Amino acid sequence: MSTVLQDPQTVETPNYLNAEYGWKSWLFTKDHKRIAILYIISITVMFVLGGIFAGLIRVELLTPQGDLVNSDTYNKFFTMHGIIMVFFFLIPSIPATLGNFFVPMMIGAKDLAFPRINLLSWYIYIVGAAFALTAIVMGGVDTGWTFYTPFSSTFSNTFVITAACGVFIAGFSSILTGLNFIVTIHKMRAPGMTWGRLPLFVWANYATSLIQVLGTPVVAITLALVGLERAFHIGIFDPAIGGDPILFQHMFWFYSHPAVYIMILPGMGVISELVSCFSRKAVFGYSFVAASSIGIAVIGFLVWGHHMFVTGMSMYASLYFSLLSFLVAVPSAIKVFNWTATMFRGSISYDTPMLYAFGFIGLFTIGGLTGLFLATLAVDVHVTDTYFVVAHFHYVMVGGMVLAYMGGLHFWWPKITGRLYPEGWAKFSALLVFVGFNLTFFPQFIAGYLGQPRRYHAYAPEFQVYNVMSTAGASVLAVGYIIPFIYFMWSLKFGPIAGNNPWKAKGLEWETTSPPPTYNFETPPIVTEEAYAYAAHKEDHGG
Amino acid sequence: MADTHGAVAEHNPNLRHHFDDMEQQFDSATLGMWVFLLTEIMFFGGMFCAYMIYRSTYPGAFASTSAHMNPLWGATNTAVLIVSSLSMALAVRAARLGQQKALQLLLLVTIFFGLCFLGVKAIEYHEHWVDNKVPLIAGHWDYSNTEESPNQAQYAKQAQILFCFYFFMTGFHAVHMIVGVVLMLTIFMMARKGKFNSTYFTPVEISGLYWHFVDIVWIFLFPLLYLIGRTKKLI
Repeated sequence: MSTVLQDPQTVETPNYLNAEYGWKSWLFTKDHKRIAILYIISITVMFVLGGIFAGLIRVELLTPQGDLVNSDTYNKFFTMHGIIMVFFFLIPSIPATLGNFFVPMMIGAKDLAFPRINLLSWYIYIVGAAFALTAIVMGGVDTGWTFYTPFSSTFSNTFVITAACGVFIAGFSSILTGLNFIVTIHKMRAPGMTWGRLPLFVWANYATSLIQVLGTPVVAITLALVGLERAFHIGIFDPAIGGDPILFQHMFWFYSHPAVYIMILPGMGVISELVSCFSRKAVFGYSFVAASSIGIAVIGFLVWGHHMFVTGMSMYASLYFSLLSFLVAVPSAIKVFNWTATMFRGSISYDTPMLYAFGFIGLFTIGGLTGLFLATLAVDVHVTDTYFVVAHFHYVMVGGMVLAYMGGLHFWWPKITGRLYPEGWAKFSALLVFVGFNLTFFPQFIAGYLGQPRRYHAYAPEFQVYNVMSTAGASVLAVGYIIPFIYFMWSLKFGPIAGNNPWKAKGLEWETTSPPPTYNFETPPIVTEEAYAYAAHKEDHGG
Repeated sequence: MADTHGAVAEHNPNLRHHFDDMEQQFDSATLGMWVFLLTEIMFFGGMFCAYMIYRSTYPGAFASTSAHMNPLWGATNTAVLIVSSLSMALAVRAARLGQQKALQLLLLVTIFFGLCFLGVKAIEYHEHWVDNKVPLIAGHWDYSNTEESPNQAQYAKQAQILFCFYFFMTGFHAVHMIVGVVLMLTIFMMARKGKFNSTYFTPVEISGLYWHFVDIVWIFLFPLLYLIGRTKKLI
C-alpha cells in the first residue's frame, strides 16, 4: 500500500469529476458519487432553509412577549423548521450523501446495485422538496411536523395536503436508497469482503436501510390517509363518525420513532470510522458494535409509544413501551463504551474530524441519557411538551447527527474532492459549533424542567434568561456552520492536493485515487484483512 | 437456473457494467424486488392494522356494512386474479424456456384478466354510487333503514368508517393493478422486440413477483371486506 502523503503530480488523474462536463453529465448521471454530490448540494439548501426558520424562532423567543410575529405565524415557523430539518435534511443527510458515496467503495463495488434507481431517488427527493417549498411559499403549515389529527385533517386552515404530499413523496426517495443499499451490501461485496469484515459505517447504513424500507411505507400510508381525510372531509381518524385520532399517533410514531434511528445510526457509523482512524486502533468489540446497530434497528421498532404517554393510552401499554425504551439504550451504550475503549491507549490525534467525534460522543451521551428521563413514566408526565424534550432531541439530532455529518464530511472531503481544507479554520469552527450548540440547547433543559412549554411564541418572563442564552448560542452555532461552508468552497479551487490517503486510514475507499475514478477502482480489490487493521499496519512498519 | 446464467456470463450484452456476471445481476434484481414487496407489505399493513382495530371496536357496524358489498362480484374478481396469476407464472416459465410466442400470448392473457378485474371494480363502484353508499362525496351517503336492512340506521356513523376503508384499500389496490397492467404492457412490448431469451428474462421474473403480490393483497381484501358477518345468514 502506498504511504505517500502528498501527491506531487499536478496533472489530474482521470476521475469521476473530470470524466464528463456540463449540466447534463450531472443531471443524468448514474454514478453513485455524482448522485451523492447532488444530494449534498440539495440537503445543504434545505439545511439553510430550515436554519432560517430556526433563526426566526430564536429571534421571536428573545423576549417573553410575542412581539415579532403572532402565534399563527410562529406555529408555521416551527412546523416548517421541523418538516424541512427532519424529512429533507436529517433523514437523507448521511445515508444519501456519505453513504451513497462510500458504501459501494467500502465494499469494493463499482457502483450501487441499481444506479438508475439511485438517480430516481434523487429526483423523487427533489419533487418532494418542491412540494414542501410550495407549501411554504403559499403560506406555510401550522400542524407541527407530526401532523396530528384531527387538527391536521379537519381544523387547520393551512396547506397540509401540499406539505404531506411532499413528505409522502420524499419518503419514497428514502425507501429507494434503503433498498439499493440492502441489495448492494448483500450482493456486491468484493471477494474476501465477508460480513465480519464490513466497515462499521456499512453495518450502520445497513441497519438504517432496514428501518427505511420497513418504516417509511407506514408513514406514507398514514399521511396519505390524512390527506384523503382532508380532501374528502371524512376518513378513518374522524372522531365525528367514531374514528380514533390516537390511532393516527400510533401509526405516525410507528415510523417516526424508528426514523429517529435513521437520523442517528449512520452518524454512529461515521463515529466508528473516525474514532478508529484517529486512535490508530481497531474498534474495540467490532462484532458488538456491528450487532448493536441491528439491535437498535430492531428494538427501535417497538418503542414508539413513549411519545404518547400522556395521550390516554393504556397504562399497561405505557409500562411496556417504557421498559423497551430503556432496553434500546443498551445497544446505544455499547457503542459509546466501545468507542471510549477504542481510544484507551490509542495514539490519538486531534484532527478536525476527531474533534467532531469527541463532540458527538459527549453530546450524544447527554441526549441519550436525558432520553431515559423521558422514558420514565412519572418524569415524562412532568416534562412532556416542555423545552426539556426539545433540548433532548436536539442533543441527539444536532449534537449527534449533524456533528457526525460534519465530522464525516471533513474526514472524507479529501477523498471526495481530492483537496484538503484549512485545518486551523476547521478546528476553530468545530469548537464554535460545540460551544454554540451547548449554549443554545443546555439552557433549554433547565427552562423545560422549570416548566417552559414548547410551541408557544410567548412565555413567562422568568424564562427569559435561558432564552437569551439560547438565542445567543444559536448565533454562534450559525457562524460555526458558515465558516466550513466558506472554506469548503475555497478548498475546491485553492485547497492543497490531498493525495490518496491523507489520514493514513484503513479501508478500501482510501486505497484508490482521490478523487476516485468513475468505477472506483483501477483493478477490482480483493480483501485479505479485517476492518481497521491498524495494529497490523503498525507491526508492518514498526516491528 | 444459476448454472445457465454462469455459462454465458462472458459476453452477454444484457450484463450491466457494474455487475460481475449475469447471476449476480439476476440475484440483485430479484432481491431488490423482494425488498420492494416488503415495503408494499408495510404500506398495506398499516391499513390492515387500522382495519383490525376498528373491526374489533365496532363489530356490529362492520358486519352490517359488509352486507352492502356484493360477494358475487368479489368472488368473480378473486377468480379472475387467481387465473391471471397462473398465466403470469406460465409466462415466466415461457420466458425462462425461451418460448417467445407463448410468452407474448401469456402476457396478453394476464393483461386481459387485469383489465377484467378493473372493469368489475368499476361496476362495483358504480353500484355503490347509485346505492348512495359513498360517504366520501357529499350527498351520496344514505344509511337509513330499508326493507332489506331494517336495523341498519343505528350503525350509520361507524358504517362510514368501513366504507372509507373499503374505498381507500380497494382504491390503493386498484392503483397497484393499473401500475401492474402498464408494467405488463411494457414487458409485452419488450418481449415483442425480442429482448428476452433463456439467459436474460429478469424483467419478466420481477414483474411477475409484483403481479403475484398485488393478487395476494386482494386475497386478503376479499374476505375482510365482503365476507364478514355473513356466517349468521348461513346458520
